[in-house]
Amino acid sequence: MRIRVTLILVAVVFLCAFLFLPLAIVFIEAFRKGLFVFMSAFSDPDALAAIRLTLLVAAIAVPFNAIFGVAAAWTIAKFNFRGKNFLLTLIDLPFSISPVISGLVYVLLFGAQGWFGHWLKAHNVEIIFAVPGIVLATIFVTFPFVAREIIPLMQAQGTSEEEAALTLGASGWHTFLHVTLPNIKWALLYGVLLCNARAMGEFGAVSVVSGHIRGKTDTVPLHIEVLYNDYNFTAAFAVATLLASLGLVTLLLKSILEWKFADNLAATHHR
Amino acid sequence: MTLGITMTALCLIVLIPLSALVLRALSVGPEAFWDITSDPRTLAALKLSFGAAFIAAAINMVFGTLLAWVIVRYRFAGRKLIDAAIDLPFALPTAVAGIALATIYAPNGWIGAVAKELGFKIAFTPLGVVLALIFIGLPFVVRTVQPVLEETELDIEEASALLGASRIRTIFQVVLPQIYPAFLTGTALAFARGVGEYGSIIFIAGNIPMVSEIAPLLIVIKLEEFDYAGATVVATIMLATSFILLLAINRFQAWGQNKIGNV
Repeated sequence: MRIRVTLILVAVVFLCAFLFLPLAIVFIEAFRKGLFVFMSAFSDPDALAAIRLTLLVAAIAVPFNAIFGVAAAWTIAKFNFRGKNFLLTLIDLPFSISPVISGLVYVLLFGAQGWFGHWLKAHNVEIIFAVPGIVLATIFVTFPFVAREIIPLMQAQGTSEEEAALTLGASGWHTFLHVTLPNIKWALLYGVLLCNARAMGEFGAVSVVSGHIRGKTDTVPLHIEVLYNDYNFTAAFAVATLLASLGLVTLLLKSILEWKFADNLAATHHR
Repeated sequence: MTLGITMTALCLIVLIPLSALVLRALSVGPEAFWDITSDPRTLAALKLSFGAAFIAAAINMVFGTLLAWVIVRYRFAGRKLIDAAIDLPFALPTAVAGIALATIYAPNGWIGAVAKELGFKIAFTPLGVVLALIFIGLPFVVRTVQPVLEETELDIEEASALLGASRIRTIFQVVLPQIYPAFLTGTALAFARGVGEYGSIIFIAGNIPMVSEIAPLLIVIKLEEFDYAGATVVATIMLATSFILLLAINRFQAWGQNKIGNV
């Protein structure tokens, strides 16, 4: 009994010091000078531009990765071919690469000294230090999120239901919409949630390709960095509350999905 | 057709950009490659990134396993809240975590002020880097150990206790052997993430060259100076180690699955 209480206490103290305190400090610092100063951080046109850019980037990157995730899961779960494990490792690769390197690879491809740099310049196409580069880097870092939620689930479900539908004369697309999609919808939503949180919060990769042009290529996390480095701490934390709230909402929805639809998620999320 | 979509996306987004990095590194030439690698500033940055990630992973190994144990085995008020909160570092964007940690551990921050009274500095030193990495890496260990711990049978531990084994002996000879692969996988994942981490560290680290400058930041600095070769070489070294780590993690996981299969 004494050991149990001690362990629980150690766990709670550790969590408070390392997890809850940083979260609390974001809100405490943001509201320290009152509501008016908090709100004024959002009347800055650069902040609004950053919010718009972040929403735009997520609106492109998340659907892209959702479509890719479903296609990859379908390929891996419903067909047999050699090199499946290798393919899985490749899909997971962006998870184990430093975000800075994820940005760097696109600079090497599309930057002024990159492989396609001259061609892009000759044709007046801007990728690096512009929105397309930010979108690409975001897609890279969030690439595995949806796929790895659906792949294990589809593998566990097997192909028998799809085979039945096809035998009964349904088309491939029809089968996907009415048989496969309903089976994976909660896992898909789960993956999209995590993908979106990361897409909106990505910092390292985006910071390398963005060029930090205020009001143009600064996303919300980059805008926070700019404010913080300008010693404008209250505004930095005020804008940070947006992302912290996004994180909290994501956690909440994720927990609800895990509790309510555990059977419809991949085995690793069963509680 | 789905194979086509998968392969096209994979090639365009992941494989071609990564091969650009490797080819670029190869074109640097062995001599220049060695010069950049053996530069004291590069070595110091790599040493800090790997060293701090290692220490943080070791600390997370202990506390992450303890947290997983508390969540799985004990029933108490607030357990579900704790369980959900473990994923906070995944959900909180790194830049937000970074400025929050820097504020807490700066000499005038809540914990930083206490440390200052005691005569040491946390923010703007390698210690700050380690603290940020503990925050970032914690969920990896908890979330890998937790499901395995849920699978272990209480009967075996009870049998061990009934047969007269002490608590310590039960833990080391009954519990640990069962969760060992998960324990290593989680720690390796936390380590791998820590080595490449950028956003949560740069605010707290102070970024003093040779002292608290991490390898990913060195890549950014070299890029800003248009030293593409330098950035590429540092990135390639880090990429190579990520690959080795990834292989090691896969081995641990395969080992874990065999272990469960045998029980």
